[in-house]
Amino acid sequence: MSVEAPGDNLPPAPAITVTGLSKRFGDKLVVDGLDMAVPRGSIYGFLGPNGSGKTTTIRMMCGLLTPDAGSGQCLGFDIRTEALKIKEQVGYMTQKFSLYEDLSIRENLDFIARMYQVPGRRERVEAALADLGLSDRKNQLAGTLSGGWKQRMALAACLLHDPKLLLLDEPTAGVDPKARREFWDEIRRLSARGVTVLVSTHYMDEAAQCDFIAYIAYGKKLIDGPAAEIPAMIGLHTWRVDGPDLAKLEVELKDTNGVEQVARFGAVLHVSGTDGPVLEAIAKSHVARGTHHWQEKKAELEEAFIFLMAGAKDNFVAPEARKS
Amino acid sequence: MSGFSAGRFMAVLIKEFIQMRRDRVTFAMIIGVPIMQLILFGYAINSDPKNLPTLVEMADSGPVARAVISGMANSEYFDFIGVVTGIGEGEEALRSGRANFVVVIPPHFERDIIRRQSPSLLLVADASDPTAAAGAVGAMNAIVDVAMREVLIGPLAAAARAPPPFSVIVHRQFNPEGRTSTNIVPGLLAIILSMTMVMITAIAIVREAEKGTMETLIATPVRPIEVMMGKIIPYVLMGYLQTAVFLLAAQQMFAVPFEGSAFAFFVGFNLYLLVNLALGFLISTVARNQMQAMQISFFTLLPTILLSGFMFPFAGMPGWAQTIGTAIPATHFLRLVRKVMLKGAGMADVSGDMMAIAIIMIVIVTAALLRYRQTLD
Ligand SMILES: Nc1ncnc2c1ncn2[C@@H]1O[C@H](COP(=O)(O)OP(=O)(O)OP(=O)(O)O)[C@@H](O)[C@H]1O
Ligand SMILES: [Mg+2]
Repeated sequence: MSVEAPGDNLPPAPAITVTGLSKRFGDKLVVDGLDMAVPRGSIYGFLGPNGSGKTTTIRMMCGLLTPDAGSGQCLGFDIRTEALKIKEQVGYMTQKFSLYEDLSIRENLDFIARMYQVPGRRERVEAALADLGLSDRKNQLAGTLSGGWKQRMALAACLLHDPKLLLLDEPTAGVDPKARREFWDEIRRLSARGVTVLVSTHYMDEAAQCDFIAYIAYGKKLIDGPAAEIPAMIGLHTWRVDGPDLAKLEVELKDTNGVEQVARFGAVLHVSGTDGPVLEAIAKSHVARGTHHWQEKKAELEEAFIFLMAGAKDNFVAPEARKS
Repeated sequence: MSGFSAGRFMAVLIKEFIQMRRDRVTFAMIIGVPIMQLILFGYAINSDPKNLPTLVEMADSGPVARAVISGMANSEYFDFIGVVTGIGEGEEALRSGRANFVVVIPPHFERDIIRRQSPSLLLVADASDPTAAAGAVGAMNAIVDVAMREVLIGPLAAAARAPPPFSVIVHRQFNPEGRTSTNIVPGLLAIILSMTMVMITAIAIVREAEKGTMETLIATPVRPIEVMMGKIIPYVLMGYLQTAVFLLAAQQMFAVPFEGSAFAFFVGFNLYLLVNLALGFLISTVARNQMQAMQISFFTLLPTILLSGFMFPFAGMPGWAQTIGTAIPATHFLRLVRKVMLKGAGMADVSGDMMAIAIIMIVIVTAALLRYRQTLD
């Protein structure tokens, strides 16, 4: 839809827009004044450390939780007052497996299809089973499936009613690499058909496949934008270092002023900082020693997020200091 | 509620039936509990104990008094174990459990009979175990009657004719109502239904929240009323099955009568069933996990057992306890069932009890629907 119509003068309204969204549990502000816009037809990655409020935000977007403050629309419906209309057009895959373990695979899919009053239900369910490759195991209890198969089944369940918007909360947690790739093939196929996908994940390779990314920590959005531009937006400079005894070098670099992050990637170190010239000077002084090989590289999403995650702690401890 | 869908309601219903069928333990409990309870309580119901230890205080040992005593002994209910002097000693024996009865023959008993002054013969009974005392007490009048006929002959025959020559006063200590055994079976039905139905509904609903399936469920366009009805109706049918099993077993094992209107019973029973399921639903909106649901259900069961008139006679309870008891559905259902099964009551006789159950139900259902949320918070 929107993706296939780039010539339109008026960009279509985003599938989701929220402004100032906040949620409090007890005295803990779990989501704090979040603004977000998910363009129609895009794959939108939602990242953030554990407990940062991703699940809570997704639940508010589809009307499962009432925000304490803020407003928003989802597919043109108000998230506060029109939850029922939103639910009809949204497929929500929960983080924790939440289909019925004591129902068979087919019974689960059939139940969900009935909930959405899917036309041609029987055929739709059979087709979903065939797509999953579970036709011959359809009478097996869902609780006896392995973790990865449960995830695949859950995805199939939330696609039964052809939703316009998919909210996937860590859909590939515990899924093996091959199945993960198939999962993402499916997500891209859906996106190409015009389905908007909001997906939360902790995997960087998955983040790299998204059109847009938002990163939140402690309920606050730190950054959002097109995935490819995120490292540049942060302004991170990175050097790749290889050579002997990296562990010792790592300790030394971590104590060096101007080096903000040292991350180990296999047999190399990625040394990053926001001040390019300072970092370059450090690199030069090390190259002069002649023990290691230093080479500047383009900062990738991976470094960007490790950097964001480290910064998030500061953000939480001294939010005032960061704002100024 | 807007947009009710029969299709979604049916889907919840079918799902609930499938889950119920797969949950063998609960199913076994629903059928097993009534039978087990019946058998347990059955010992009490069937016992009409004989040869109960009895003391006698004889302030008059004339032939009339002796005839009464030997009549009592012949009935096999009473086993005379000794003589006391003064009621204090008798009460002590009752308290310690040495004797179940003390018979007091007043002074000048025989003289007063002849003078037609209708003296009183006192039978003090330990009624703390009412079923134990009931048979013996019930037999007392007939025993005295026969004894009189045998001894009051010749010139005294006139005294034997009505009005009764003397009266038997029975003091039931510790339990004024002295219920008869058949009373227990109808009461037991009220208790069993509230025990199983409240807990099973509460658990079945809390399970959704605990296992996380609630999140999937309310992420769909399903309406609260569809969930509530779809979840409750399977348990209504469960209650039918349970009651049928119970009544059949009660009838087979203990020949409990069913005197009154089956229709009145049916209406009252459905009301009571619904009120219990609604209570289970309400509990499920408060409890956070299945364990809590079970504990809260047990908590509500206590007043049901203690204050409904099942354990202790309602009329004998203090005012505050009666007030609480009146708010308990089992209190009214118990009365309804006793009236219908034992006293042959019809619709008109129990409409008050039905009304009371209906009012309690409206309160509970309202509270449950208000508490049930369509969101996770
Ligand atoms: N129902 C609730 N009651 C109280 N606190 C809650 C509730 N749900 C979430 N929280 C708290 O809110 C915070 C954010 O939780 P949330 O599940 O949204 O994080 P998340 O970003 O999804 O984390 P993860 O990556 O581990 O899934 C956590 O600290 C959590 O403990
Ligand atoms: Mg989460």
